[in-house]
Amino acid sequence: MVKRLANFLKHSYLGLVLLFMYAPIAILILFSFTDSRTMSKWQGWSLGAYEKLFADGAVWVAVKNSVSIALISATVATIIGTFAAIGIYSMKKRRRMVIENITQLPMVNPDLVTGISFMLLFTAIGFTSGYLRMLIAHITFNLPYVIFSVMPRLRQSSNRLYEAALDLGCTPMKALTKVVIPDIMPGIISGFILAFTLSIDDFVISWFAAEGVQNISIYVYSIARRGIPSHINALSALMFVVVAALLVIVNLRSIKQEREAEAQANKLRSK
Amino acid sequence: MKRSVFATPYIVWMIMFIVIPMLFILYSAFIKDGQFTLEYVRQAMESPKYMNVLLRSIVIALISTALCLLIGYPVAYILSNMKKSTAAILSMFFILPMWMNFLLRTYAWQVVLADNGVLNMLLTSLGFPKGEFMYTQGAVLLVTVYNFLPFMILPIYTVLSKIDRSHIEAAHDLGANSIKTFFKVVLPLSVPGIISGITMVFIPAITTFAISRLIGGKNVALYGDLIEEKIVSSGSLGLGSVLSIILLVLVIISIFVMHRMEVEQGNEEGGTLW
Repeated sequence: MVKRLANFLKHSYLGLVLLFMYAPIAILILFSFTDSRTMSKWQGWSLGAYEKLFADGAVWVAVKNSVSIALISATVATIIGTFAAIGIYSMKKRRRMVIENITQLPMVNPDLVTGISFMLLFTAIGFTSGYLRMLIAHITFNLPYVIFSVMPRLRQSSNRLYEAALDLGCTPMKALTKVVIPDIMPGIISGFILAFTLSIDDFVISWFAAEGVQNISIYVYSIARRGIPSHINALSALMFVVVAALLVIVNLRSIKQEREAEAQANKLRSK
Repeated sequence: MKRSVFATPYIVWMIMFIVIPMLFILYSAFIKDGQFTLEYVRQAMESPKYMNVLLRSIVIALISTALCLLIGYPVAYILSNMKKSTAAILSMFFILPMWMNFLLRTYAWQVVLADNGVLNMLLTSLGFPKGEFMYTQGAVLLVTVYNFLPFMILPIYTVLSKIDRSHIEAAHDLGANSIKTFFKVVLPLSVPGIISGITMVFIPAITTFAISRLIGGKNVALYGDLIEEKIVSSGSLGLGSVLSIILLVLVIISIFVMHRMEVEQGNEEGGTLW
């Protein structure tokens, strides 16, 4: 009896926190299906907000910028970062410590300061392409996360594999692509996913680093300062659906893998 | 060929885009017309306005970090005691909002809290008078907690679910009841998770400017707003740079303090989010 009550309380608590987390999102989605200037009264169902969203060119430019910068910056950061992790891992302890500490700097540095530092640099050297400014900034803040995703995998894999590949006649590059990289692939993939999501989510660094170019965050910020237009509700609803779908796909894959591994382990044990 | 060569492109990139930009901040903070100057430092320190805003930012960041811990720890604890497969699916729901754009999450609260927003609609339809929620300190706190709560839950959950169950069983066998076991065994073992949770909430909370700008307006300006205003709107790069260095020093001090707490706990290896 006591146990059932405790369980009930636990579940209610989780439910309450989830309610807090999802209520604003649910409200946004609900109100994306009505086209009223104010939200003080429900004015009936309508797809007006979506029509407005699809007619608004600036939104789609921002979405395109966000997605393309996230894809390119995550890819470049994953390539540079993976090689960097392999290089740093093979260094002597002292040098490795120095570089690892500098690598942590952008993770520790407040976004605001990182953003301002980019702005000062780009302004000083007269680099004016807003898109490239944003791209360089995103690659830079993604790099440490990729490196620290790959590093634990390297620690788990054996150093001898690389040496064995060399002994068997591989060039260093070939040993890397044929032996080391497949071995640390899960770390590389999670680094890429992390970089992609960080890039999509970023506002502060982009706000300072880029000039004249908008991603989703900058677009929403500049619009939301002036009020609450209905097509942003529609944009949020669409974003939420896409993100939820992506997360479910990614997680189902890993949950399935986990289950398969468990089944495999059970089979081995029963033999 | 040494393998460390593979890190060369990264090292070059790092120097160009991490080290040099930081030097630019130092330069614009302390150099004026080619001369070393402490003028901006004096401006930043002397004005009581700046110090008040800094104090307010620290207080708001501390309170929202404490609230996140208070709300988030039980969530992580309950999740970690569930069946593995149930916990995996449930924890996904707690991470999901984190993946949605930060600005859109903040915007959602604008829709709820605005004068003609959803909350007031509910209130008036139930016969209550309208309330004013926007542009208050409470609203800024609420939205900060909302935005950063997942960053508290996740590292604590990760650490809690890795705790060796035999420690807990041993405590029970030795006669500790569940409450005593929690405070003497589980809580101390979860300190690394708590510390990384605090770091991941406190630092963004103290440096935010979007939340306070959109939800707090002019009434609840934070240090981040001040810096943004100096750099972007009024173009005083020198003063803005000094203010951001002050912010950076504050963050470094808080990280150092938390690292010390972790070492004192005898736990070198911190819990990490990823």
